[in-house]
Amino acid sequence: MPKSKMQQYWNKNLKTLFYLLVVWFVVSFGFGIIGVDYLNQFHLGGFKLGFWFAQQGSIFTFVILIFIYVVRMNKLDKEFDVNED
Amino acid sequence: MEILTWTYILVGLSFALYIGIAIYTRAGSTKEFYTAGGGVSPLANGMATAADWMSAASFISMAGVISFAGYDGSVYLMGWTGGYVLLALLLAPYLRKFGKFTVPDFVGDRYYSNKARVVAVICALFISFTYVAGQMRGVGIVFSRYLEVPIEWGVVIGMCIVFFYAVLGGMKGITYTQVAQYCVLIFAFMVPAIFVSMQLTGNPIPQLGLGSTVSDGTYLLDKLDGVLTELGFEAYTSGRKGMVDIFMITLALMVGTAGLPHVIVRFFTVPRVKDARLSAGYALVFISILYTTAPAVAAFGIYNAIETVSEKKIENLPIWVHTWEKTNLIQVNDKNGDGLVQYVADKDKNEFTIDKDIMVLASPEIANLPNWVVGLVAAGAMAAALSTAAGLLLVISTSVSRDLFRTFRPNMSEKKELRIARLAAAGAVVIAGYFGINPPGFVAEVVAFAFGLAAASFFPVIIMGIFSSRINKEGAIAGMLSGLVFTLGYIIFFKFISPELNSKEYWWFGISPEGIGSIGMFLNFLVCILISRFTPAPPKEVQDMIQEIRIPRGSGDAQAH
Repeated sequence: MPKSKMQQYWNKNLKTLFYLLVVWFVVSFGFGIIGVDYLNQFHLGGFKLGFWFAQQGSIFTFVILIFIYVVRMNKLDKEFDVNED
Repeated sequence: MEILTWTYILVGLSFALYIGIAIYTRAGSTKEFYTAGGGVSPLANGMATAADWMSAASFISMAGVISFAGYDGSVYLMGWTGGYVLLALLLAPYLRKFGKFTVPDFVGDRYYSNKARVVAVICALFISFTYVAGQMRGVGIVFSRYLEVPIEWGVVIGMCIVFFYAVLGGMKGITYTQVAQYCVLIFAFMVPAIFVSMQLTGNPIPQLGLGSTVSDGTYLLDKLDGVLTELGFEAYTSGRKGMVDIFMITLALMVGTAGLPHVIVRFFTVPRVKDARLSAGYALVFISILYTTAPAVAAFGIYNAIETVSEKKIENLPIWVHTWEKTNLIQVNDKNGDGLVQYVADKDKNEFTIDKDIMVLASPEIANLPNWVVGLVAAGAMAAALSTAAGLLLVISTSVSRDLFRTFRPNMSEKKELRIARLAAAGAVVIAGYFGINPPGFVAEVVAFAFGLAAASFFPVIIMGIFSSRINKEGAIAGMLSGLVFTLGYIIFFKFISPELNSKEYWWFGISPEGIGSIGMFLNFLVCILISRFTPAPPKEVQDMIQEIRIPRGSGDAQAH
């Protein structure tokens, strides 16, 4: 693969990583820790919202993030013809 | 049937299953021994990773810790799951493409230096040994509590089982045994949780039950907050630790998770890069089933305990209180002699102490579940402890046979290497068993710190090894050493040299020794980048290798050399 195309693939990969890691940070450190007191004013059923993010919401989001990454990277690999099958 | 009979039957059956699988899938080559021949499906690997990851501590102790810590317990929930996002996005696919067998392999090759490799081996051995000793202890405790044999015998029986299938089966045997162990442990964890959730909130899904109402129509968590504050405790949903400390501990646990060698090595076992990504996703799904149930079990447990004992007559306490009193995990002491139990925050007036492990271990009895459920929980706890111990033993044996012997005797035959790997695994079982029977007082503490050390040593050099082609061996070695020394120094100072100073006022920026690994990690990054700037760039072939691991195509099989 030519170097410029390789660089392009890598940059797109980094961009994906960046967005996903921003979400990763926001749901856990943002909602679950830094903003927990503020969010606790709101309720989600019987949960205070900040507490919910800290004990359940962040974990659900983590799972979703990995699967978005899987799908997105499989597409990117095909687009740049670096996939394995 | 009696509880003891059920326990013997269920634990015995599960052991027979593990041994059967180990014999059927035993390893014939070094490649099968180290990475199961690289042919494990992503789903099976995800399950095995989950079992590998969830230890006796996750299964037995975590829910109880959250019961008493409330919101502060979130550090474990987020910390031990969030690390998988880092692992899936930043490490697993690239290390799979790199395609060798161990973490020190990567460090040694990427930083073209046997010195870097040896530093990595020492870190890997240290982390794995502290961990495995804790697991052996867990096996012993479960045996002694459920099967009524002395702890020492429990450890010895556990050693024999692990010895048998880790030494014989290598990674291949361990992988498929871990799949079975995952099924046993998750079933054992969920059954009592679902029943308790039904009884308390009418909702069979514990995750939802935690946010539901109890019999009098108020929300469980609001009610719990009210009851606890009335007794003088902090509200369940509010934090006690400082925010900076919570932040740093969570970060250290996340990054530490992503840097643990026995977890990373699991991603070498799948056939392709895309399988490594997918497999990390599956692993987190399987892990989060337990990790989102645990906070529910925690809240149900403490709620039930208070409802059952607080201000109740001592002679009317349910039978399980007395059964567990015998093990000293529950203590009732009527200090003011009024015949009632006072459970309050004030230590001088409190008459009821309850060990954190009770929340899971006694949950079937608290909920009046049939005896077979108690036996099931015992089998689940054993599965959790054994699967983690086996994974760790494999890392130890691989480190010795491959990273140490192979480095200095590159011409060794494969057969000989396999024999050394098996011998090392056997030696590690014996040492781990010894520490299980005679635990140094600080084992439990050290296990927690293993995360900080992994965060401060491995994580930065692996990440930068992949994402930067400028970082060189000088930077990596200096970075690993400074992160490790700094973190270890802080921990040793507060835990062993001046434990009397171990409190908020004396910590740097309010960061406890549990969270200091995060700072160690930043230090490692910083030193690594600075030193690399002033020393020569890595050679051409290393730069080419970095380009190579960044694209998935051509991963093929894990290479022997």
